[in-house]
Parts: sequence; C-alpha cells; structure tokens
Amino acid sequence: MDHQTVEYQVMWNRLISVVEEQAQALVRTAFSTSVREAGDLSAGAYDTQGRMLAQAVTGTPGHVNAMADAVAHFIRRIGRDNIFEGDIYITNDPWEGTGHLHDITMVTPSFHAGRLAGFFACTAHIVDIGGRGFGADAHSVYEEGLYIPIMKFADQGRVDQTLLRIIRGNVREPDQLVGDIFALATCNDIGHRRLIEMMQEFDLADLEGIASFILDNSRRATVAAIAALPPLSAQGEMTVDGFDTPITLRVKITVQSDRIITDFTGTSAVDKKGINCPLVYTKAYACYALKVAIAPDIPNNAASLAPFEVTAPIDTIVHAVHPAPVALRHIIGHFVPDAVYDAFDKIVPGLVPAEGAGCLCNFQVSLRPRTDAEPPQTARRSEVLTFNSGGSGARPELDGLNATAFPSGVMTMPVEATEHAGPVIIWRKELRPDSGGVGKTQGGLGQFMEVGAEEGHEFDLQAMFDRSAHPARGRRGGGPGAATTITRDDGTPMRTKGKQFVPHGARVAMAFPGGAGYGDPADRNPEHVIRDLARGYISDKTASEIYGLSAEEIAETHAKVKKGDVI
Amino acid sequence: MAHPTIRLGVDIGGTFTDVVLETPVGLTSTKVLTTYAAPENAIIEGLHQVCKKANVLPNQIQQIIHGTTLATNALIERRGAKTALITTEGFRDVIEMRTESRFEQYDLNLTLPEPLLPRHMRFTLCERVDAHGRVLIALKRSSVETLADRIAQMGVDSIAVGLLHSYLNPSHERMIRDVLSQKLPDVAVSISSEVSPQMREYERFNTVVANAYIKPLMASYLGRLEDRLRSEDVAARIFLMHSGGGIISLQNAADFPVRLVESGPAGGAVFAADIAARYGINKALSFDMGGTTAKICLITNQTPKTARVFEVARSYRFKKGSGMPISIPVIDMVEIGAGGGSLAHVDALQQIRVGPESAGSEPGPACYDQGGTRPAVTDADLVLGKLDPANFAGGSIPLNFENAQAALTKQIGEVLAMGPTEAAFGVTEVVDENMANATRVHAVENGEDLSQYTMIAFGGAAPLHAARLCEKLGVARLIVPPGAGVGSAIGFLRAPYSFEANRSIYMRLSNFDTDAAAQILHDLRSEAVSFVRSCDQDTPILSEFKAYMRYSGQGWEIPITLSQDQAETPRADVFQARFEEDYANLFGRTVEGMDIEITVWSVNATTPKQDVAKISPTDGPDRIIPQKYRPIFDAAQRAYLDAGLVDRARLKAGQRIEGPVALTEAETTIIVPQSRDAICQPDGCIDIVLKPRKV
Repeated sequence: MDHQTVEYQVMWNRLISVVEEQAQALVRTAFSTSVREAGDLSAGAYDTQGRMLAQAVTGTPGHVNAMADAVAHFIRRIGRDNIFEGDIYITNDPWEGTGHLHDITMVTPSFHAGRLAGFFACTAHIVDIGGRGFGADAHSVYEEGLYIPIMKFADQGRVDQTLLRIIRGNVREPDQLVGDIFALATCNDIGHRRLIEMMQEFDLADLEGIASFILDNSRRATVAAIAALPPLSAQGEMTVDGFDTPITLRVKITVQSDRIITDFTGTSAVDKKGINCPLVYTKAYACYALKVAIAPDIPNNAASLAPFEVTAPIDTIVHAVHPAPVALRHIIGHFVPDAVYDAFDKIVPGLVPAEGAGCLCNFQVSLRPRTDAEPPQTARRSEVLTFNSGGSGARPELDGLNATAFPSGVMTMPVEATEHAGPVIIWRKELRPDSGGVGKTQGGLGQFMEVGAEEGHEFDLQAMFDRSAHPARGRRGGGPGAATTITRDDGTPMRTKGKQFVPHGARVAMAFPGGAGYGDPADRNPEHVIRDLARGYISDKTASEIYGLSAEEIAETHAKVKKGDVI
Repeated sequence: MAHPTIRLGVDIGGTFTDVVLETPVGLTSTKVLTTYAAPENAIIEGLHQVCKKANVLPNQIQQIIHGTTLATNALIERRGAKTALITTEGFRDVIEMRTESRFEQYDLNLTLPEPLLPRHMRFTLCERVDAHGRVLIALKRSSVETLADRIAQMGVDSIAVGLLHSYLNPSHERMIRDVLSQKLPDVAVSISSEVSPQMREYERFNTVVANAYIKPLMASYLGRLEDRLRSEDVAARIFLMHSGGGIISLQNAADFPVRLVESGPAGGAVFAADIAARYGINKALSFDMGGTTAKICLITNQTPKTARVFEVARSYRFKKGSGMPISIPVIDMVEIGAGGGSLAHVDALQQIRVGPESAGSEPGPACYDQGGTRPAVTDADLVLGKLDPANFAGGSIPLNFENAQAALTKQIGEVLAMGPTEAAFGVTEVVDENMANATRVHAVENGEDLSQYTMIAFGGAAPLHAARLCEKLGVARLIVPPGAGVGSAIGFLRAPYSFEANRSIYMRLSNFDTDAAAQILHDLRSEAVSFVRSCDQDTPILSEFKAYMRYSGQGWEIPITLSQDQAETPRADVFQARFEEDYANLFGRTVEGMDIEITVWSVNATTPKQDVAKISPTDGPDRIIPQKYRPIFDAAQRAYLDAGLVDRARLKAGQRIEGPVALTEAETTIIVPQSRDAICQPDGCIDIVLKPRKV
C-alpha cells in the first residue's frame, strides 16, 4: 500500500507548525513594540531553490510576498558556491527584504547530512536603525538609517564582529538591536532543528518530494479558485490624503484562466516624504486582498502566491525605487486592498467589503520636561508609540468591525501598559458613535482618543493619520465613514500628519475614521437599527433621518435602555 | 481536626457528573447524567450510589471536594445575571474594543464575540488614577450615588467595577463598593482590584465582569447544594476546586466564582500530577482526550505548570484570541479541537482535515449507527482495528463497521483515490499530528525538551492515541492509570488547599527597592495564607513566591520562582541571576546591557501535597502471551499487524506483554504498538515502555 500521500500531508502540517513556532519564539523575545504587540514579523521555510514552502500567519500581511521573494535574492547575492553549514545571512534592504530599513531579515541555510536541504528566513521590525528615526521626514533612504546589504552575519559559525561593531555604532539602542538580531538567528535555528528531525523521522534525503507535493497542490487549488471567477477586467481607484498632496491609487485587475493581474498604471508618483512603497510591499497587500477574498484557506507559499501577479510603473508611489524614502511604506500599503476591491467588486459583485479606515491610526508621542517653566525633578524624556484602529468597511451581509484593523492584523496596546512606557496620559479611548457609514450593513465605528502628558511635561505628537479629506467611500448606496479629525483641547486645529508641538497642560483630541456602509440604508434590518440606537452606536438623528425610526420607536428604545432590558 | 478519611470528589461535566468516594479501603466511583436544571440532583444521586456501593452512610462523609463546569458553561452560553459595569470615564468600551485586531486574518466575514455586557449596561464615572497610583481626578461620592440611583432603576442583580490602574490604587473602586452596598444592598458587587489586581485593563475588566456575571448564579447554586446536602443528612464541609489546581472554601468560591472556571480540567492535571508523584516522575505530560477536545499540560516536579491568564469560550475553531481573556491563576493547558468525535473532511487542497467540528453524541460518529454519515476519528479507529465493534463502552453501544468504512470511503477515500484503510490511517495520522504539533509548540514555549518526559494519559479516547503520540514526540514512557474515566474527580481529592494572590507593580532592578519588594511579597503572602486558613486551621502552609520578569522593552515576562529566603530578603543581584538563568534556559541566551524589570508578583499559599505512597515499579518479569489476536493497523509500521487482545482487568502486577497488543476495558482500549511493551504495575497503572533493544 502506498502511504506517501498521508505522509506528505503530515509533513506539510509539520512545516506549517514549525514556522509558527519560529514566529512565536520571536514574539516573546523581540524588543520592538510592533513585533510583540502588533505581530510585525514573519517566518518561513524554503527549498534549496529558494521557493517558499510554508510561512507563519502573523500580524501583518505586508511580509507575505516580500518573504516569498527574499530568499532567492539571498541565494543570488551570496552565491551558491559560497553557502556553507553554519552560515547566517542578514539584510535590511527595503527592495530585497520587506520594504523598509526597519525590518531585518535573516536567512539560514539548513544542512542535512552534509547537503543543503533548504533555508529558513525570518523578519522582524526593529526598534531603531539610526538615521532620522522612524518617521516620514527623510528625503531619501540614506537619511532613514543604516543600510545592511545582503551579506553574511555568520560565516560557518563565526559571527562577523566588524559588522556588529558597525551596527552598534550606528543605532540608538544597540543592545536591543543586537538582542533582536540574535533572536532572529535563534528563531531560524529552531526551524532548522525541527526540519532535520522531520527528515530523519520520514527518512528523507531531500525536500524535493514534499516540496512538489505542497507546491503542486497549492497551485492547483489556487488556479481552480481563479478559474471559477468571470474572466473579466475592471478598473478602480481611490484617493487618500497623502502627506502634502492627495494620492490616487489606480488599479486595473484582469482575471485570466490561471492568474489575476493587478496593474497600478496611473497611480500617483513617488512622494517627497517617506510614505513610498517598494513594489514588493505593494504586491503583498494586493495579493493579500485578493487571496483573502477568493482563496483564504490556501496556505501562503511560492505556488499559491505566484498566480497573483502585480505590476506598476517605476516611480509610482507603489513602485518606489532606490533611493526613495520608504520608512512609513505601511500607510500606502494599508490602502492597497481598498483600491484593489474598488476594481474587483466590478468583477465579482457581493464579495468584498466597502472601504474602511485603511491605514492604522498610529501616533508617536515624544515627551520631555516642560520648557516654559521650571520642570519638576521627576520629569523625563520618553518616546511612546501607539497603534490604534478605525472602523473596517461593511461587508455585503455583515456590519463592519468597530475599531478593528483591516488589512493589518495589528493589536493595540493596553492603555495601562502605554502609560507605564512613558509619562503620557490617555484620557479617552472609546468608540466614536455615528462614525460608521450608514447602509444595509453599517461600517465599523472609529474611535475617540484624547492624549496628554503627566504634570511637568510637554510633547511633540508625530501624527500618521489619513482619511481626513478622503473618508472611506460606501458601496452600492452605503454612506461614507466619518473622517479623521484632530485638534487641541482648546480647539486649535492640528494636521493629520507630521510632528506637532503640544504645550504643557494641553491635550490632543483625535477622532479616528469609521468604515463605510454597504447597500441602501432603507434595507437595513430595523431590529439592528434599534439595537444600534440602544447601544449608542448611532444617534437619535441618524435613527430617524436615515433609518426612518419614528419618534415613538426611539422613545420606546430609550425607555428600554433605562430599564436595562435585553435589546 | 483529624485528617478526614472519608471524602467525596464530585465533578460536574457537560454530559456526566462524576462522583468518587474515597474511604480507607479505596475508591468507589460512578457516573450519572448531569441534571442541568438543578445540578445538585445529580450529585445527590451519585452520592447515594457510591455510598451504597462502599457501604458508607452519607453522614459519615467528612469532606466534599467539588469542581464544576457550571461557571464555564454560564460564560459560554451567556446565561449569567443581569449585570452592569462601572468604569472610568473615557473607557466605556474597553471590553468591546478588545485588542482592536482580527484573530483570523484570512476571513473577510469574521465576526468578533459580543462582550458579556452590551454597551447600554456599561456606565462611567469621572475619576482617574495614574500609572503610579496617584489620584489625578478624585472620585466624588455624590456622583457614585447618582449613578447608583440610575442603575437601581434597571433592576440589576450584579455590578462589576473596573477602573483604570485600580491594581495600584483601589480606593476609588472601594468607595464605589461602599456606596453600592448602602444603596443597593441586595446587589452583588465585584471590584477588579480584588478579583484580578493585574495590569492590562482589557483582561482585568473582562475578568471582573465575568465574575460579576456568574456570581448570583453560582452563589445560588452553592447555597442550594449545601441545603440539599444538609437535608440528606450530609454534614461534611464543602470545598471547591479552583482553576489553579487547589481547593478553596465555599464562601470564597461564592465571592470569586470566576476562579472556578476550568476547575474540571484542573482536576485532571492534579490527577496526573499525583500519578507522577507515585512514580517519582519529575517531568510528566498529561494528555486528556475526550469526545471533542484534547488537553495537554506540562507537569514538572509533580506540579502542573500555571499561568496568569487564559481564554475562555473560544468562539472560532479554538483559535487564540477568539474567546475572552480571564486573568486568574490557572493551570496552563493547551486545548485543541481533537477528540473521538472530531469530524474529518477533505479540503480544497486535497488535504485531510480533522476537527474542530465534532459529531457530538447526536448523531455521533458514523459507526454509532444513529444517522451520522460523516467520518469521525472513532470511525477511523474502528476501521484500523483499534476498537472492538462488539465491546465499545462495555458493549452498550454496538459499533457498525460498515457504516464507518462507508463514511471514510465516501468522504475521504473517493476524493483522494484511497482505500478505506488508507483513508482511516490518514485521519488518525492527521489528528495525532495536530495534537503532537500543539504539544511541541507548548513545550518549546516553556523551554522544555519532550524527550525527557513521561506521558500520563486519561479520558475516553486518549489510550487509543497516546502511544502513537509518544512515537511522534519521542516520548519513551507512557502511563495509563486506572479510573481514567473519572480522573478529574479523583484529582479533586488529591488537591491541596491553596490560593494564589498576585499584583502588578513595576520595579526595575536598576532602581530596586528592597523594602518595598519585601513588603509586596509579605502582603501577598498574608492575603494568600488567610484564604487557606479559612479552609484549614492547623496544617502548616507553604508559600511559593514568583516574580514575573523581563528585559525592559520586551512585552512578555517569564515567571521566576524565588526561594523563601530570596523572597524575605530580596536582592537585585539575586533576582537578576535567577532571571538570567531562566531566560537562557528558555531562549538560549541572555541579552547583555539591558535593564531588567519586574511586572507582577505572586505568592501561592498551599498546604503540603498529600503523602503519596510511592510505587516500586516492576519491570514486568512475567511474560504474558495473549490467547486471542486481531489485525490492528500499526501507524509506525504502516501496516496491519496481528495484535494480541488482553482484558485489562485480568492483568496482574508484574506482568509484561509485548506490543502490538490491545488492552481492552469497559471504558476504552489501550493500544500498544509494536514499538512498545506494556507492563502492569502494582497500582493497576499500565506502564507502556519502549521495547528493550535487541542485541
């Protein structure tokens, strides 16, 4: 009896478990907030040709394709003849790694019985890479920090001390960064050991058989999912705030029998600020958007990603080339899915959601002792980064999610933890009523936040928001989500992007955007309108003017709320 | 009081209520159907059954130890009290906004679980404490009174209070409780600084809300139970098993019912720990596999590993993040959707997938012949010869081999061009691999090497799969204890009185305050000891001290165990050395130049473990040759082998049987593959060991 199919299934499961394990090890040792709180990391296993066989599902889809392509770059740069047991390679090249200098990618060749069996790679967002610090202010990648070309970090077991000294001498937190680099190396080693155990258990000399099994099945299933779509072509576009000038993402999607081509011709040119996207990062989010819509259950690997082709003209903001500044490439990257869906909805109606908040509503607070008067002894300097989400877009049959990230998978930090990180005070963090776009299904609510400093401090707020002049647009009659707003508590207006001073005693009040609605509000289930009114998701005004609730119904609902009835 | 000698262990599970009576002569057990409307009825019935069997009068029972899934089920099924939450202004939606992320990235139609309390049951008060515990905005008593009047109109039964940073400064929460107890004396009040004084508002608020939500229900149930027992002439004192693996008084349980969540599985881990103690095993892996889930727990030095937070009521394929976090001391268990009833199918990738969907008991696996047409793990076990169709569940459920084979052929074999055997092999391999992977990940997370571990298996489906799991994990030894069907209830009888008190207080080692550290640990110890003293007035109490530490800048702390000396005279250099030792053990290296910080302090007060009669294991000098044989598929050999069939009940201490063999009993069958032998130990445990190497 031939049991190979069963064995291959077991091995595939095992490989996926191995890369998840790799990723978990990183989450628990990394110093970077975005890794541990936001899952901004990735890990993958590859065959000798550099084809990705398995990848951990982590917090950010942005690494998906980048990781799939990275190992091939390493093989090319290092040279096949130069790959030895005990080697570890490193880079933070935005174009051959994962999109900005703040991601370190490490690759380790895995040898079994003296022969190269495959590779392990992992990537993590690190705390600091020198340069101007994490922000959009650089004019070129040279100002964004230290650049490490693809090179050997360890040569046959010997760590390159010269490289380590250069790294230490160029970054603000050398101990943390070096700690993270070793954690990445350890994480590959965990994968390597588990792979060898598996090869011994199943008596494998190489990975060719299992690689073909994984890739053939994945290709077949992905192509089948694509073949089931109408072979059409459609255009879409979306404009967002950008930094100083609005940015338009223009997308043409063409469904062929065995592939989907997404082309960004017509998209705005690269920006002067560091919000540009290397193509590999654009590819990741375009591919994620389509894959989650039509083939969500197929694990990510070289074959399941290949049928999603992404092209863009050079020097558009989605295909920025060296030396464009790219540190905050996530802002544009997070908008790619909404732009892709604008086109894809015309090919397959009724599948994808309306537009949502898109990019995360992150801000960094740089606190320091007040300068307008004598500060107290205890005042100190501190940097605090927070991750926050607006509302996601309404789905064809379901409301959007309140204050929940899409497409990013990032988690927010507890307010109590943020306040331990520095002398910052979060005075408010709660849902923003009436911010979800109206419709048959309603957009997810955004949120309010209010931020100040402990007594004796002033601060700069580095804002990284969008959707102020360009809120999420509704689909099929649904209304738009509410726009981003930001002011000082005394009413002084502030900008949605860039570093801004906030004097002692003042607070910043922010309202993050809601997701857009889907379908005609007249078709909304009246029970849901009453429920939303009872919960305060919508106001009396919206309930009556948009959804047509009568004054009696509204009064009755408020009476039930007063009695604490189940609604 | 002399040590009680006649004790009753009671575990209310989803389907069965297990009752075990322990007397100086031994254990007597029974299973009765759980009576949902009045769970105490099943207890009384079970009690009379075991008393009759053991010839004991109900009034001779000296102590009752009780664990129950009622608290968990109330949370899962949302059957709690009408409850309100009072929180800090600006933070009304903490329990609804969760972590602002999607726990499953590849599902456009994902829905998040609803919070336990809808938005209109959540109220705020103007007040604020900062991250140092200083009051920024003082709470006005009058504002609490006004709110109390408003809530009074709603007719709530229970109120949860959770304010920002209350774990550092509980004064506002206490003021609210005082006002509420005056204005609404009949309403139960839970405050977060008492229920779970840990940093991280989402977890803490959720925990206090869960406590408040189930408090009236549990208080009423426990009161009724006590009354019923008294009316049945049972005077025994009642204690409750908690999620951390110890027992607490009825009153403490009624005040903090959230601590009862997962007490059943905790009993299972304590049961396994007791077996480990009997055999002097310092590294054990408990493996409990039932109808729908498998639970895995690491037990080191005969103590189950614990954690500070866990998730209850996972709503999405047992996926991390899809439930609600509860931050209480808990036995750290991995639970996955893999059991005898787990259903198998082939997905779009031509891959066999098993679970987490389960056939349940209605219709059950295809072989139950109750209309089920989809293959379950039990069907695959039957086709592979692991189960005897005529002797399942003591012969009470005849299994239909043809139905099992047909379901496997239709749903798996025809899709993948496989015969029924290969399909069945595929299903069992996939489910065993899933469990093995979960176990490996858990071991890696704890820095443990499984090859040094012994597995202790119980639960209906475990003995069928445990040996294969050992083969996959490189575990050399497997012990299957008797009484495995009522393992949790036996575990209750082995649990010490214990209570863990913990508190979040940040302290950097570079800025270590010796006096403050000593004071924190002293206070926690007094608190924990007072809970244990309320159960037991005279037994000496041991204290176990832990500090949760990490490098400043990391988000994940590791528990560092401290000796009594280290806790009483805390020193920064000692703390650092202990941290670095454990960190290197977990992650392979330390990080130079980084400051280290303590985030949480904890003290577990416990009575000493009961003395365990050590077993002198035999190496099985008497060889037994089975009289009957049946072909059973051996997964490692990828082939049917003629396996011996032996009735477990007939085995005597010291007897050894070579694998492949199936040891049958009423509740289950123990499969011993060709790679291993089985030895019957003096206490009735089946000890499954690697075959001696042939020279």
